[in-house]
Amino acid sequence: MRKIFGFHGGIHPPENKHQSMAGVIELAGIPAQLTLPLSQHIGAPASVVVAVGERVLKGQLIAQAKGFVSVPLHAPTSGIVSAIEDRLIAHPSGLTAPCIVIDTDGKDEWVEHVGTADFESLEPAELINCIREAGIAGMGGAGFPSAVKLSVKPDTKITTLILNGTECEPYITADDILMRERADQIIRGANILSHILKPDEVLIGVEDNKPEGITALRAAAQGSNIEIVSFPTKYPSGGEKQLIEILTGKQVPSGGLPSDLGIVCQNVGTAVAIANAIDKGEPLISRITTVTGKGVSTPGNFEVLLGTPMSFLLERAAYQSEINNRLIMGGPMMGFTTPDADVPIVKTTNCILAPTEDELPTPPPAQACIRCGLCAEACPATLLPQQLFWFSQGKEFEKLEAHNLFDCIECGACSWVCPSNIPLVQYYRNSKAEIIQTRQENEKSEQSRVRFEAREQRLIKQAAEREEKRAARKKAAEERAKQAASGEGEDPIQAAIERAKAKKAAQENA
Amino acid sequence: MALMRITSPHAHGPMSTTRVMQNVLLALIPGVIVLTHFFGFGTLVNIIWGCALAVAFETLALLLRGRPPLFYLKDLSAIVTATLLCIALPPYSPWWLIAVGIASAILIAKHFYGGLGYNPFNPAMVGYVVLLISFPLQMTAWSPPRGAGEVPGLIEALQALFVPASFDGITMATPLDILRQNNSLLIKDLWQQTPQFGRWGGMGWEWANIAFLAGGVWLLYQRIFTWHAPVAMLVSLGLMASLFYDGGSSASGGSPLFHWLSGATMLGAFFIVTDPVTSAVSLRGRLIYGALIGVLVYLIRVWGNYPDAVAFAVLIMNFAAPFIDYYTQPTSYGHSSEEGK
Repeated sequence: MRKIFGFHGGIHPPENKHQSMAGVIELAGIPAQLTLPLSQHIGAPASVVVAVGERVLKGQLIAQAKGFVSVPLHAPTSGIVSAIEDRLIAHPSGLTAPCIVIDTDGKDEWVEHVGTADFESLEPAELINCIREAGIAGMGGAGFPSAVKLSVKPDTKITTLILNGTECEPYITADDILMRERADQIIRGANILSHILKPDEVLIGVEDNKPEGITALRAAAQGSNIEIVSFPTKYPSGGEKQLIEILTGKQVPSGGLPSDLGIVCQNVGTAVAIANAIDKGEPLISRITTVTGKGVSTPGNFEVLLGTPMSFLLERAAYQSEINNRLIMGGPMMGFTTPDADVPIVKTTNCILAPTEDELPTPPPAQACIRCGLCAEACPATLLPQQLFWFSQGKEFEKLEAHNLFDCIECGACSWVCPSNIPLVQYYRNSKAEIIQTRQENEKSEQSRVRFEAREQRLIKQAAEREEKRAARKKAAEERAKQAASGEGEDPIQAAIERAKAKKAAQENA
Repeated sequence: MALMRITSPHAHGPMSTTRVMQNVLLALIPGVIVLTHFFGFGTLVNIIWGCALAVAFETLALLLRGRPPLFYLKDLSAIVTATLLCIALPPYSPWWLIAVGIASAILIAKHFYGGLGYNPFNPAMVGYVVLLISFPLQMTAWSPPRGAGEVPGLIEALQALFVPASFDGITMATPLDILRQNNSLLIKDLWQQTPQFGRWGGMGWEWANIAFLAGGVWLLYQRIFTWHAPVAMLVSLGLMASLFYDGGSSASGGSPLFHWLSGATMLGAFFIVTDPVTSAVSLRGRLIYGALIGVLVYLIRVWGNYPDAVAFAVLIMNFAAPFIDYYTQPTSYGHSSEEGK
C-alpha cells in the first residue's frame, strides 16, 4: 500500500452526491442554438476564423488559439454561424463577452478527421501539438490549457504524473460517472500523457467515497504501471496543491508550479478528452456535466455539447424554476451564480446546481468575528483566515501579503465553518483584487513619476541652455556697445549695410 | 423567483456563534450546581441578577451605538460574560457590586472597544479586576463552604443581594489565602488544623473545579475550542507548583493538585483562557499564551497580594497576545522551504 499523506485542515460537508448518481451518462441532445464564448480557458481568448452566415461542420475549427497560453475552439455540431457578438457568459461578473453563435441544423455532420492508431510512434511534441489543436483546457474547473501544462521546460524531469479523480466538491459527480463508465478511456489518456512526460510513476487519485469508480479504474489499469490511489474523503482534497500533498507529501512552493517538484497533474476528464483527440482526432466539443439540486426533479449526468444553454440542460433534468433560489455553475463550495438560465455550458462547466432555499439557504447577516479559530483549523493552506479578515477590513495590504493572502485557494472551507456567517472568501477576493490594482497603479504612477522627472530635467536643461545663450548674446552686445562707445570699432549701422551688400553680391554671383 | 447572485461558498456548516455561546453556558451548569451545593444560592442569585444587568447594559450600549439590539443580543455573548463574572464573584455580593462589575465588563471592556470581537481584554476579567481593586473588602468576603460553616438559604441570598445592610453573613478566608499566609505550619498540619481544606484542595472548591473541568472537557469534545491553551496553562501551573512544593514545608506554595483544584483554576483554564477574542490565534501561540498564564497564576497566587490570580494573569497575557501572534504565524502551504533559506 502506498503511503497517504494528509494536508492541513479541510472540512466534511454533506456530500449530496447520490442524487445525481442514479442513472448513466445521458446525451443531452442538440439545442437549436449554441453560444460559444471565445474565452473558455485561462489565457488569451481565441480569435474567430469563420464569418456570419458560414456553414460549419461538427468539429470544424471556428476560432484559433491566440498565443501560447490559449486554445482553439471548434463547432460542437453542424450548422450556420448566425452571429459573432457579445453575449452573457458563465462568469461571476455577469458581464457579456464575445461569442460565436451557431444555429444548429440537427444533421450533426462531422468534419473530416482522423486519429492516430499508434500514438507511441509519435514524438511528445507532436502529441502536445495535437492536444493544443484539439482545444483542450483543464476540465476540472480552472481551464488551464493542457498543452501548456504538458510543455515542461526541457531540463525538468517529470517524476510523477497525477490524474485527479478526486472530485471533492459536494454534489458534483461528473468525474465519478466518467470513471465508472469510461475508465478505459481515462487509462488510455493516462498512457498518452505518460508517453509525453515519461514519468517514473503514474497515479490516479480518487477519494474513497467513489468505490465503483476505483474498482472500474483498477480493472481498466490492470497490467499497466498506473496506480489507483484511494484516500479518505475530505474537502478540498481535489485542489491540485492538496492532491499533490496527499499523494507525495510535498508542497508546491508558493508562487511555483507542480513541475518545480517534477509533478504534472491533470483531471481525469481532461485525460478522456486527450484520448479522444489522439485516438479519434476529435476536438473538445462536449463534456460531462452534472445537473443536480432539489430544483430539478431528475438530477443526473449529461454529455452536453459546449455552448448549450443551461436552460436546455435544466429542462432535460425537469427544472422547477419556481422553487429554485439561485443557479450555480460549479459546486456549492466554489461555484458561482449565473445571472440567468441562458448562459452557455463551457469547457469548465462540471456542474449545474439548482438548489432550493431549503437546501442552500440565503446566508443570514454576518455577526462579529469572535476569532474562534475554526477557520484556521479548516484552512488547507494553513493560513490564519481570522487575521486575514481583520486586515482585509482595515485594508492593511502589507499585513495581508505578509500573512500570505495570495496562497489562499478560495476553497471556502473557512466560510463554511465560520459560526458568525462571515463571507470570508469574498473579503479575500476583494482584497486580492485591490492589491493587484494597487500594484498596477503603483507601477503606472512610478512610470509617470520617472517620465515627469525626466521632463523636469529636460525643461531645466533647456532653460539653462537658453539662459546661457541669452547671457552670451548680452555679453556680445555689451562688448559691441563698448567698442562703439570708445570709437574703436566700426559704426554698427555702417557694418550692417556692408553685410547686406555682401549678401546681395553673393546671391548675384550664385 | 428571481435568481440570487452571491459569491461562493453557497453551503454553510452547522456551527453558529449563538450555538458556541449556548454550549459554553451549558458547560458551566455542573460547576454552578456544585458551587450552589457548597456555598448556597449566592452564586445562582449573582448570575441571575448579573445576566439581567448585562442584557440591560448591552441593549443600552447597542442603542447608543445605533445597532439593532435584538440581532446582537442573540449571540448570547453578554450572557456568557455576565455568567462568568458572577461565578467568579463571592456569593452573597450586594447588588451594586455586581452592577459595577457588569457595567465595567459590558460598557468599558466590550463596547468602548467596539463590541464583540474587538475587545482586547476579557470583559469578565476586566469587571472582576475593577471590583477587586475598588472594593477589596467585599471581594474577599467568601462564605464558608457547607461542612465548614452555616450555608444561607434562598431568602437570605436575596436579602444579601438587595438589602445588603440587613444581611449578616459569615465569611471565612479561602484556602488560597490560608496557604499564602501560612509560614509556620507544615502542609500536612495545616490541612489537619483548618476546616476549609478538603481532600486535595479547598473544601467545596475542589469539587467545583472538577465540575468546571468536566464542562471544559465536554466543550473540547464539542470542538468549541482546542486543547492547546487550557492544557498548556494547567501543565505550567503544575510544573511551577512541583518546582516550589518544597516537600510540603511551611514555606511550600502548595501541591500541583492543590493549585489545579483551588480558586478559579479550572474555570479560568476552560472558560477564560479559551476566550478566542482575547487570546493568541495560532495553535502554537495558544500554547505559549496558556503556559505563561499558568506561570503568572502561580507567581501571583504564591507571592502576590490578591486572593486569586487568574484574572490578573489573563489580563496581562491579553496584552501580550498580539505580540505572541506576531511571532507564531504558522507556516503556510508552500512556504516550508523558506525556512531553510
